[in-house]
Amino acid sequence: MKQTHDYQHDIASIRAAMERSSKFLSLSGLSGVMAGVYALAGAGMAYYLLYYPQAPYGSQPHIPATQAGIIRLLILAFIVLILSIGTAIVMSYRKAKRAGNSIWNTTSRQLLVLLGVPLITGGLLIITFIINEYFGLIAPACLVFYGLALVNASSITVKEIGYLGFSQLILGLFAALLPGYGLIFWGVGFGVLHIIYGTVMHYRYDS
Amino acid sequence: MKNPFEQLDRILEHRVRLQIMSVLVANDSYDFNSLKEVLNVTDGNLATNLKALEKEKYLTVTKSFVNRKPNTKYKATEKGRTAFRKHLDALEELIKNQR
Repeated sequence: MKQTHDYQHDIASIRAAMERSSKFLSLSGLSGVMAGVYALAGAGMAYYLLYYPQAPYGSQPHIPATQAGIIRLLILAFIVLILSIGTAIVMSYRKAKRAGNSIWNTTSRQLLVLLGVPLITGGLLIITFIINEYFGLIAPACLVFYGLALVNASSITVKEIGYLGFSQLILGLFAALLPGYGLIFWGVGFGVLHIIYGTVMHYRYDS
Repeated sequence: MKNPFEQLDRILEHRVRLQIMSVLVANDSYDFNSLKEVLNVTDGNLATNLKALEKEKYLTVTKSFVNRKPNTKYKATEKGRTAFRKHLDALEELIKNQR
């Protein structure tokens, strides 16, 4: 007959199986820090493109209505996006491999769907903003949709992702309230917050 | 009072089978390779225990092909979920009694 500690062991194994099967825990904290660095560098360059040599933020940017200016900004944004996603995939892949897991499993597929729906919807909406020249809404929309994606995905990964999501949402709403400061909010959200939460996740979970 | 030992599910007293059901109760459905990875067991061990659970109608099996590779998905049935919950209740009862 089994002893009490056997039953306790049974319960522990249930808990472990449920947790491991329903959460994606290979997310690399350091890749979050890197994404923050890329975002800050990108925001710095965008600031230069938009405002240099004119007055500080808050005043109307002087170029974006030209097509060349918009295309340059879009290319810059695209580079930041690709670098961030690429770093996240490579570093999470390495982290999963160290732990003897694969990166492509049921939970990672779920994670992609949970993140993908708000992100792709937001991305398409932002493209319509660009076409219609609602430039002031781009930064708040980036932050809000990214925040929604993170909150949406937080149930199947580490809890810090949820906190990061809520922070982005709040920041996005403030950005919408203060048009003209979009780039600053964008830099704080995608740059500073990524670096902070990435560092926290790195110390808590990367090993 | 009913004896909690009698409430234990004999099928689920096996650790691997118990873990398989835990995964299937916590998730909508799960495929063979992901299960193998989460539970850290061999192909043969996993297959045998999945067969046993299928025989009891605790789970259903869907076979399909993804990029020509076989992809087998498992889903807990209502019967399986009920059995799992009862087994958990019995475990809880046992621990409480023996403290």
